[in-house]
Amino acid sequence: MSLKVDNLKVWYRTLRGDVQALDGVTFHVADGELVGLAGESGCGKSTLGKSLIRLDGRMRHVDGTVELDGKELPIGDDAAMNRFRFKEVSIIPQYAMSAMNPTRRIGRLVVELLESRGVRLAGVREELLRRLELVGLAPEVLDRYPIELSGGMRQRMVMVLSTLLNPSLLIADEVTSALDVSTQKAVAETLVDFRDRHYVKSTIFITHDLSLVYQIADSIIVMYAGRLAEKAPTDALVASPRHPYTRMLLAALPEVGVRYDARRLAGIPGNPPSLLNPPSGCRFRDRCPLAFEQCATQPPFAEVAPDHYVACWKAS
Amino acid sequence: MSVSDSEELVAATPAAAAATPATVARARGRREALYFARRNRKLLVGLGVVLAFLALAVVGPMVNSHGPNEYVGPPAQRPSADWWFGTTMFGQDVFAQFVHGLRSTFLVGLLGGALAALIGMVVGFTAGYRGGVADEGLNMLTNVVLVIPTLAVLLIIATYLKVRGVVPEAIFIGLFSWPWVARAIRAQTFSLASRDFVDLARLSGAGGAKIVFTEIAPNMSSYLFMTFILLFGGSVLTAATLDFIGLGPTDGMSLGLMMNNAVLWSALPLGMWWWFVPPGLGITMIVGALYIMNVGLDEVFNPKLREL
Amino acid sequence: MLRLEGVSKTYRVGTFGGRELVAVSDVNLEVRPGQVISLIGESGSGKSTIGRMILRLTGVSGGRITFDGVDIAGFKGKQLRAYYRGVQGVFQDPFSSYNPIFKADRALELVRETYFPRLGGGRWRDKVEASLAAVRLDPAQVLGKYPHQLSGGQLQRLLVARALLLDIRLLVADEIISMLDASTRIDVLNLLGDLKTRGLGILFITHDLSLGNYLSDQAVILRQGVVVEEGPTERVFGRPRHPYTRALLASVPRLDRKWQRNGHPVRQSAGEGG
Repeated sequence: MSLKVDNLKVWYRTLRGDVQALDGVTFHVADGELVGLAGESGCGKSTLGKSLIRLDGRMRHVDGTVELDGKELPIGDDAAMNRFRFKEVSIIPQYAMSAMNPTRRIGRLVVELLESRGVRLAGVREELLRRLELVGLAPEVLDRYPIELSGGMRQRMVMVLSTLLNPSLLIADEVTSALDVSTQKAVAETLVDFRDRHYVKSTIFITHDLSLVYQIADSIIVMYAGRLAEKAPTDALVASPRHPYTRMLLAALPEVGVRYDARRLAGIPGNPPSLLNPPSGCRFRDRCPLAFEQCATQPPFAEVAPDHYVACWKAS
Repeated sequence: MSVSDSEELVAATPAAAAATPATVARARGRREALYFARRNRKLLVGLGVVLAFLALAVVGPMVNSHGPNEYVGPPAQRPSADWWFGTTMFGQDVFAQFVHGLRSTFLVGLLGGALAALIGMVVGFTAGYRGGVADEGLNMLTNVVLVIPTLAVLLIIATYLKVRGVVPEAIFIGLFSWPWVARAIRAQTFSLASRDFVDLARLSGAGGAKIVFTEIAPNMSSYLFMTFILLFGGSVLTAATLDFIGLGPTDGMSLGLMMNNAVLWSALPLGMWWWFVPPGLGITMIVGALYIMNVGLDEVFNPKLREL
Repeated sequence: MLRLEGVSKTYRVGTFGGRELVAVSDVNLEVRPGQVISLIGESGSGKSTIGRMILRLTGVSGGRITFDGVDIAGFKGKQLRAYYRGVQGVFQDPFSSYNPIFKADRALELVRETYFPRLGGGRWRDKVEASLAAVRLDPAQVLGKYPHQLSGGQLQRLLVARALLLDIRLLVADEIISMLDASTRIDVLNLLGDLKTRGLGILFITHDLSLGNYLSDQAVILRQGVVVEEGPTERVFGRPRHPYTRALLASVPRLDRKWQRNGHPVRQSAGEGG
């Protein structure tokens, strides 16, 4: 499978104008790749994830195309996208707690989901049980109500549900944020398992946690203020980051072992720009220690090393 | 991403935030509500109807030269230029009765609604904020009042009180219509009381009552407003029902009493539609308009219900 | 300064309080001036409950908590207010800590109403500006604004400034940076570090081990209400004794080490087979 996103622009309509949440994003995901989409709040990563599967009421597809396996995805058309959802593109939403209807038994949820895609349960039953075992859930869980499961169990159930029809592209939207450290590791490793066993072809793993992405992703995309800042294979990005934002972000992470008395880490001063009326040129300009006159024009997202893309004049 | 998320994106610039005057920021919340209020058809239509009837209730009796129970003309007349709503079986002016009835209707609605709102708020806030034993006790009280058969109690009271006025009726209605208000306020107070800003207020040395008045109630102001409107409408309807079955005030005039008299004196089989249609329509329109207003207000105050 | 001796917290649940839920069991803890203690645990470990008990937001079921040797359980009215002059808290969600319909600096006003009612306008402003300077906030940027107009980092720092208005000696910081972005977290952490060097005692409650390690002198690992390990931070993190601590440390994602599973790294890089 392959995913090609070309100059994608998705804006939000609000009372005070359009919030340019995703402003011209171009990248591709190869077959079998697990891409980590990292960034801070407001950078547009959730918008990107959501726009690949379902635009909600306030989002507007302004420009750009998304191509999955050579076919263009009609992301602007809610009804037309329906035949792609769960079969070709699937999502694991952030709050598994809210993703399952609390008044239904889980088995019934599965049946309803399958029937809505025209698949009979009998055909996939064996596979379903196998996957439940893989994630460590007993088959009895199908007879339970969602509220009877713990947070981690619910998250794993939603993961099984979302990947049951073997989608080409899986979007995991902040699936580990609400979990404890040990459950987080289990869930992250399960995502890798799903890919290794070909339950899904490629995955986009959205998170704000760079160290988590380092552990499971093949390549990392760093977003800032609605645009891509850097994209590179994981080891390359962490070992030699080229974009100033990526560098400063990595330098601000207190990994186990660093102590305040020994080495004071530094944050990034300032705030991301307002996306209601974003400034022209590079959006990191105001906070970047390397900014100079040319930054007034938006740098292209250029390839500076094999598979390593950066949007910065100083890096290319 | 909800509206508030995208607003977070907008709010994140120090430069823009510093440039905005503080007063604009404060008015923005109110202005946003007014902006939607002016455009919400349900609210405008409902409010218009209620205000029209209110104007009639205030101005009507002043313009009318005679009282509602005076015998002013030939009995059983159809509506005409002299008698806009015709006359009753006994020659009383139906229009005069109507506008006087409107006054008492609004009065009962206001008093009864206000009393119910007051009791409901005290019970709801106390139960929601304090929890524990106080909550259980007040819950029991709420449940008891909820299941009391109002009509049965009224019949008993009516047997003993020969003379009843509008104010006792309003008090009675107020004393029995508050349980759902208390429940709803209790639920909201529970959820607000668990928010961190309440803890922070406690850490600043504020006591329970102060926290309820200054932190929790203002947060629910739109909801309290809507509750009052619903109680107002409910009181009007209950009063009309009581009057209709003859348990209303023994003096004065009200819309329910008009309908009661009309039925008693066979207005229906005799075809005297002008005697019972105006009061019935009046009640329906006032209460209906109040409920529609409330739906509109809900849309104004609740961003999630709005369409963009 | 602050001492917890055999502290427990039990909740009564079920109809008529039939069943018991033990949230915290027999915890001993001490915070001295200028010391940062990390209270580390996952969800359900009881760490927030301990914070709330210290702040007198919930009662103690067993054991006692003393501040300067005096049991805090009996404080009421004036005594309680005096206690809050010495001990304050900052919580996890900056947007829940402010009443959304009022301006953010109302939080400072509430402090003034209770503790500085007779202070003149000018002197109050000076005090506020000094507090804001200590947390490195620009008064022009944060005063007169609604909470939704400020960022999470600014809101949390404003809460610390509020606490500093009172000349506190102990700050209970309950997950105060977990909802902040990576780039602002470190600023707030550094701020706490500065305050520590000025003599403030801090109880730093967190689920994130790397944060605990960065800042604290002593670490306490909590599991289901019970202390499983405690000691100087470097020892707990460097040479953990309890299996739970070891498992916790192994699950933390790090940038210098890959997770291993059955001898292979979870993520295969190019050239590592797979």
